[in-house]
Amino acid sequence: MAKEFELNEVEVWDGNYATSQALRQAQIDVVAAYPITPSTPIVEGYGSYVANGYIDGEFVMVESEHAAMSGCVGAAAAGGRVATATSSQGFALMAEVLYQASGMRLPIVLTVVNRALASPLNVRGDHADMYLGRDSGWIQIDAFNAQEAYDLALCAFKIGENHAVRLPVMMHQDGFTTSHKAQNVCPLQDSVAYKFVGDYKPVDEMLDFSRPVTHGAQTEEDWHFEHKAKQHKALMDSRSVIDEVLGEFKALTGREYKRVESYMMEDAEVALVLLGSSVETAVLAAKQLREEEGIKVGIIAPRCFRPFPYDLIRDVIGNSPVKTLCCLDKSSPGGAMGALFNEVSAAAYSTENRPLMTNYIYGLGGRDFAVDEAKRIMKEQKAHADAGHITTEIQQFSGLRGPKLGFFETRRS
Amino acid sequence: MSRGVLSTDKRGMRELGAEEKVGWDAVTQGVTLHSFEGETKGAAFIKPEERAYTDHNSYTATVASWRVVKPVYNRDICIDCQNCWVWCPDTSIISRDKQMLGIDYDHCKGCGVCVEVCPTNPKSLLMFSEAIENDTALSGWPEKKKKEK
Repeated sequence: MAKEFELNEVEVWDGNYATSQALRQAQIDVVAAYPITPSTPIVEGYGSYVANGYIDGEFVMVESEHAAMSGCVGAAAAGGRVATATSSQGFALMAEVLYQASGMRLPIVLTVVNRALASPLNVRGDHADMYLGRDSGWIQIDAFNAQEAYDLALCAFKIGENHAVRLPVMMHQDGFTTSHKAQNVCPLQDSVAYKFVGDYKPVDEMLDFSRPVTHGAQTEEDWHFEHKAKQHKALMDSRSVIDEVLGEFKALTGREYKRVESYMMEDAEVALVLLGSSVETAVLAAKQLREEEGIKVGIIAPRCFRPFPYDLIRDVIGNSPVKTLCCLDKSSPGGAMGALFNEVSAAAYSTENRPLMTNYIYGLGGRDFAVDEAKRIMKEQKAHADAGHITTEIQQFSGLRGPKLGFFETRRS
Repeated sequence: MSRGVLSTDKRGMRELGAEEKVGWDAVTQGVTLHSFEGETKGAAFIKPEERAYTDHNSYTATVASWRVVKPVYNRDICIDCQNCWVWCPDTSIISRDKQMLGIDYDHCKGCGVCVEVCPTNPKSLLMFSEAIENDTALSGWPEKKKKEK
């Protein structure tokens, strides 16, 4: 029996430590992990809890992230509650196995500490790894600070393990700005947290010898499409379970999370859409700008990146008077508009108000995104709204040195 | 070709890929495939032909068409050493109480390993073209080879 961990009502934890505490409280059976900055302390923490008797579980040291996720797939198929952590290059090396995990419907929790992808080599935070996972069939939830990392890591198990879902879940937080920044975190006591997550009820577990089962079968053209469609439907249908779990968490803690967070959108004329720790910066900037210049700025943050909340984003935009919407992508778009821009634009297109849509690439490799820059972008959006058309290039770059860079203009006759 | 080394057998009852093509709503979650209908206790102690294999199990499917050459078994020479049973990569050697019964032609891929490992002289298993009948193959079996001095 695992020892109980004494916790204060308020602890000073960074995002990594908060996450490792959540993994401990969920009493995970197996962590197969390989270290990488900045996510290492999460699994390091789990290892120490196992060694010190706080978890009755197994820490499996492996030779790479590909092996780490493979170990997780094996342990999850065997019937265990399984989690691991990674970042950046490690995430990229896991990519092949991420698709296996989701296709096999194994509710593994991967706590991702977002970091830029090389080259050039960079340990700082951007969303390149998160974006790399966006077609992998995993649920992707984004925490904007340490408290949220703790809360949402607990929720991640409850969402993925729901028998109507049975999908792996990534819980994202920003490298360093969240993972290494000590903040006040209000944890749940061990018994309360475990009761919330609940006992793991495996499905088709390989260690049930009375019902031998094959996992990861081969299908060719006869069956592949049907299985992928079923998997996609499960991911789409997980929306209601996510809402349900977040609702239960609110009832327990008073802390409310939504698949799409929106701030001051009711009367917003211009709005920014963004993810991660920058959301808090943008909300602060919007509040200041409302006071200082009376510009009605709102913020939209799709906390649930997958399944993409097309429905809720459409509602938020449709129910607001917003005229200009600027999507900020913290990942090098590789010859396209940013992913947030593309996906939010698709949702916005089905609204009556159809706001002007612009795109900023920002914060790559940990480039700072400060309140003043957020305000500058907001004022620029206001200029678009006043003019009735986009007055700049549609895709621009925030905080980039050198001659101004931008792509595409609105076609006007 | 005569099949059914064991008369009660579900072995190779259907062509692989001939199963009913159901829609996305009816496929299993996560492509999991159970070997047996319901619960099974101590499957290792139940003879294969008495196990409640599901249609998902390859046991009930035949892949005989994948083979171009086949092993033919000669009961008159075999010493029941079980070498072929041990080495066959597709569990296609059927043996009971350490008595060799024959070849599972529904799952044998014709790799020839059984022939390689057969220690008798002449061999009790030899490879023949699929087109040759087993009786014809047996009637022309080679003689014992004399040791060269």
